Amino acid sequence: MTVTMAAALNTALRDAMREDDSVVIYGEDVGTLGGVFRITDGLQAEFGAERCFDSPVSESGIVGTAVGMALYGLRPVVEMQFDGFSYPALDQVISHVAKYRNRTRGRVGLPMTIRMPYGGGIGAVEHHSESPEAYYSHTAGLTVVSPGTPGDAYSLLRSALAHPDPVVFLEPKRRYWMKEEVELPVSGEPIGRALVRRAGATATLIAYGPMVATALEAAEAAVAEGWDVEVIDVRTLTPLDLDTLAASATKTGRAVVVHEAPRFAGYGAEIAAALTERVFGHLAAPVLRVTGFDLPYPPAKIEHHFLPGVDRILDAVARALEY
Amino acid sequence: MSVTTGRAAPSGAAGESSRINATWQEVAADGGLAAPAHHDLALDHTQLRSLYRLMALSRRVDRQAINLTRQGALGVFASSQGQEAAQVGAVFALDDEDWLFPSYRDSVATFARGVDIVEVLALFQGSWHCGFDPYRYRVAPQTTPVATQALHATGLAMAARMRGDPIVALTLFGEGAASEGDAHEAMNMAGVYQAPVVFLVQNNQYAISVPVSRQTRTESIALRAPGCGMPGVRVDGNDVLSVYGAVRAAVDRARAGGGPTLVEAVTYRLEAHTTADDETRYRNADEVATWRANDPVQRFAQTLRDLGVLDDALTAEVEAEGEELAARMRDSLFGAPAGDPREMFEHVYATPTPALNEQRALLDGELSAEGDA
Ligand SMILES: Cc1ncc(C[n+]2csc(CCOP(=O)(O)OP(=O)(O)O)c2C)c(N)n1
Repeated sequence: MTVTMAAALNTALRDAMREDDSVVIYGEDVGTLGGVFRITDGLQAEFGAERCFDSPVSESGIVGTAVGMALYGLRPVVEMQFDGFSYPALDQVISHVAKYRNRTRGRVGLPMTIRMPYGGGIGAVEHHSESPEAYYSHTAGLTVVSPGTPGDAYSLLRSALAHPDPVVFLEPKRRYWMKEEVELPVSGEPIGRALVRRAGATATLIAYGPMVATALEAAEAAVAEGWDVEVIDVRTLTPLDLDTLAASATKTGRAVVVHEAPRFAGYGAEIAAALTERVFGHLAAPVLRVTGFDLPYPPAKIEHHFLPGVDRILDAVARALEY
Repeated sequence: MSVTTGRAAPSGAAGESSRINATWQEVAADGGLAAPAHHDLALDHTQLRSLYRLMALSRRVDRQAINLTRQGALGVFASSQGQEAAQVGAVFALDDEDWLFPSYRDSVATFARGVDIVEVLALFQGSWHCGFDPYRYRVAPQTTPVATQALHATGLAMAARMRGDPIVALTLFGEGAASEGDAHEAMNMAGVYQAPVVFLVQNNQYAISVPVSRQTRTESIALRAPGCGMPGVRVDGNDVLSVYGAVRAAVDRARAGGGPTLVEAVTYRLEAHTTADDETRYRNADEVATWRANDPVQRFAQTLRDLGVLDDALTAEVEAEGEELAARMRDSLFGAPAGDPREMFEHVYATPTPALNEQRALLDGELSAEGDA
């Protein structure tokens, strides 16, 4: 069947709630309305307002209470309405969600999931197009996941909900309406595994979340240049599957990391450094980064100049090939 | 030796009882504080003696923790002295299956809940961030980012209510913490969902050096309760029976489905903020002396003597138990080994990541190099 990413996420939540009555969902507008992107559509009708309910506008409250619920044995799945509004909850995320297992010397794990629509490209007003993945990935104790396809959205969200540790689940909002032929339920590769989405020999593109589709598009366009580009979908930002990335970089000798977030101290810097440390001898060129610029996310009418597109990616591949 | 909390002796047990008075002020319909109202407490003499024992032992272990800090066995300590009535009285109002969410200030509350004092002090010793099993005692780890634990209490209470379990969560925080957004969010959400949680604000007059007048323009933190749709109560935090009574009423209401309560216990921190603080920079000795004259442990002892519940034999017995505890603290905390540093890798995730395994191997190398040196 043809499934959008939004529908895949919705189905994953529904299937998990059917299987496990400890799964509860709450957040701003997730109940009656079904979420501003309708990811929780119909869940309150099916499971009742005890298991899928609206919260006050209170991000720290949402995440902080989820800590208490998980401590009590529930599996809370909370929604941050937008990336830019996840920041009020950062203290709870960093000080408690990420640290609880460690603070308690392994006695209390928090099986909870924090979902949020993330990234740009939908013409939104300010604070609705942020890419906060570096904040979360830098925080030890969190598992950070971002799907690039509808099938992965389903299977990774199911894995997140079954995970023994807290997962920050970044949903690329510009891909909510992306379609894929896939039969649900689908079980994909587990959390912690990157995937080769397109095999190639000339260079490696490394992307996650919203940029997976863009990287694949660039790889197709590269054929005209005579380049056979491999595309890797990182899928799990923490823990990073460096083995898969290193194997590809070793094979092609050239790697380019792509993300929407600003470059400086961004997630791409980690990949570039890690690959350089691991497979320096196999690289024919430095690991290059194709990213947003080091500035606050721009207004909607000019955002396409900020976001990495096919041309910026191909330019980087060309530069890598010049070495 | 096990120190268990209050309700050990069921109320209505055969023991004798006296009419005991507790006093607190409720937030009135007009939003101000009502006149103090008196309430009879149903505590028999056995319970009063357990309460005394916990109060006296709390003082003793706190004093010993300060000593041990001065002698280098603990890195730092945040004393509860002066706040024993607030902490012990509140915890005494809990039943076994209830949960406590304390902060760094509440070592004595944690102790009164039954957590072994040596395990409590792991935080300040620096051997681990939390030295006890939260599930064993139904006590969450003591938090240091102020007010954050209030949300955990609300969340646990919401979960218990969803499950239909008659459980109450009690969280303690300071009047300084009450200014944090998390305190408000916790109380507001508890109001919205009618979560069975009790918020006990210990107004000890200072947030480190900053007086309560810089936390609120109002005369009581309890006045925030109506804004979150819950009853508010202000109580003399140095009167253990009144704290117990006010918190017990709130706990009973929460358990019966009546939702949360905010209780402000007005008290005073007799020691410096922590052993690293210089209190002379922000308060004078006269002020401290005035509050020392209102010492909650001595006050309670006097009340019990007047009631004929406390005699020299019991005082001596509890004192001996305190000395034994203090000696055990010294033995266990002094020169305690640091533990295996490799353990820092073990509790980050249920399964260590490849990166953590690599880093652990690095530390392994450093450790064996040290061993060889
Ligand atoms: C979020 C946060 N901000 C600042 C601090 C530093 N700090 C530690 S204790 C304290 C004062 C807290 O006062 P209060 O809540 O009244 O509690 P008390 O220490 O008096 O028991 C501050 C500012 C902290 N621990 N957490």
